[in-house]
Amino acid sequence: MKIKVSFILNGLQVTVETEAHRRLLDLLRDDLNLTGTKEGCAIGECGACTVVMNKLAVNSCLVLAGQIDGAEIITIEGLMKNGALHSLQQKFIEKGAVQCGFCTPGMIMSAYALLLSNKNPDEEEIKEAIAGNLCRCTGYKQIIEAIADSEI
Amino acid sequence: MKFEYHQPKNLKEAGKYLLLNNSIPFSGGTDILALMKDGIVNPDHVVNLKTIDGLSDIKFETGKGLSIGALVKIKEISQNQMIAENFPVLKIAASEIASPQLRNMGTVGGNLCQRPRCMYFRDDFDCIRKGGGTCYAFEGFNKYHCIIGGGPCYIVHPSDLAVALLALDAAVIIYSDGKQKQIPIDDFYILPESDAMSETILKPGEFVTGIFIPELKSEARSTYFKFKERDVWDFAIVSVAAIIRKNNGIIEWGSFAFGGVAPKPWLDNAFNKSIAGIRVASGSIENVVTKAFDNAQPLQLNSYKIPLVRNILRRVITQLSA
Repeated sequence: MKIKVSFILNGLQVTVETEAHRRLLDLLRDDLNLTGTKEGCAIGECGACTVVMNKLAVNSCLVLAGQIDGAEIITIEGLMKNGALHSLQQKFIEKGAVQCGFCTPGMIMSAYALLLSNKNPDEEEIKEAIAGNLCRCTGYKQIIEAIADSEI
Repeated sequence: MKFEYHQPKNLKEAGKYLLLNNSIPFSGGTDILALMKDGIVNPDHVVNLKTIDGLSDIKFETGKGLSIGALVKIKEISQNQMIAENFPVLKIAASEIASPQLRNMGTVGGNLCQRPRCMYFRDDFDCIRKGGGTCYAFEGFNKYHCIIGGGPCYIVHPSDLAVALLALDAAVIIYSDGKQKQIPIDDFYILPESDAMSETILKPGEFVTGIFIPELKSEARSTYFKFKERDVWDFAIVSVAAIIRKNNGIIEWGSFAFGGVAPKPWLDNAFNKSIAGIRVASGSIENVVTKAFDNAQPLQLNSYKIPLVRNILRRVITQLSA
């Protein structure tokens, strides 16, 4: 069964016709070629697929196509402006918050959602914001430092 | 996974779609999409309740109580100032649920209707809850299973909100056969002995539209304690929702509910009665707590839950009566 959905993706109006059973993650990676968003567990436990929807972090593996009509979605590809990395991306590099890199896009999008509502989060607030993102390399410390040092 | 996607405009239309063969209600999708991915649930019809107006409100009426629509997000409950002031137990329970991403999408109705986390149910086992003939947990890995109310299936109910709502004596509002009706939350959930394939009384065509919580007396104090193995994004090993009223050093009244111990959010009326009238300083709390769950029937690997639940009781009673 095909449905038509229109939404704003990284600032651009997008309309796609797709099967109702497909997920936001499938649309991003397979149809729109935005492969920065990763698929990890696909059941909402790892956070690798995190994107920002209507200013909130969500797991794109658990969002059905039908739910994004009219939404505003920002993915990791939407953060870079005029060829310059976003502060979060730059700080993740500087602080060594990236090792294998698979969790990084989701981690950064959770941090981005936090900074949208809280420009100066403390360590506890940062930990809370990334509670749904697993990283098996860094031990989180560098990630927390990178976010604390970033600005929106 | 292939299904027909329905977008009802009102309750009646939703009820009609939900009577179609193999049809499920859909709101936040945070549990059901994972179940569908793992092939545990394979619906032919998915009914998106989010297109229905009027299910997304939080309303407090002084003298009556609090109404919360089924589509209200968990995040909204955890951040609502009025709820934090009047029903701390509910705010804490909501804040303890899953991860920020899931609280942003997950809804009240979906949280109450989520399916159990039993690893045999979630994995490729033809267990009783999926219509098979065996509970694999009974003689298998049952560290996380129930210590009371079990048989022939031994799940625990995973909802944190439901435990808080049970202590708050809330009602679940469901749509059924053309009208909405209130069901006490203790009656909304069922034990496996009456139906091992469902956690609730909901029948095809029925769905949750909201909850109603009666107003608490202003002197009541409440909290929720959730013990989990991992500090974030985990289900309760054992949880306790507690509300007490204290006067002159005496606990006049207490309402407690338990999660992680039974196939439904667990109420122990005898415990609630025994807590009323005890003097905080007298040591009677210990007498009452050591009798809690003395009728439990733990499985091979989960008797640790009995001292755990008693320790949590000591902690929350001490905290609330301080």
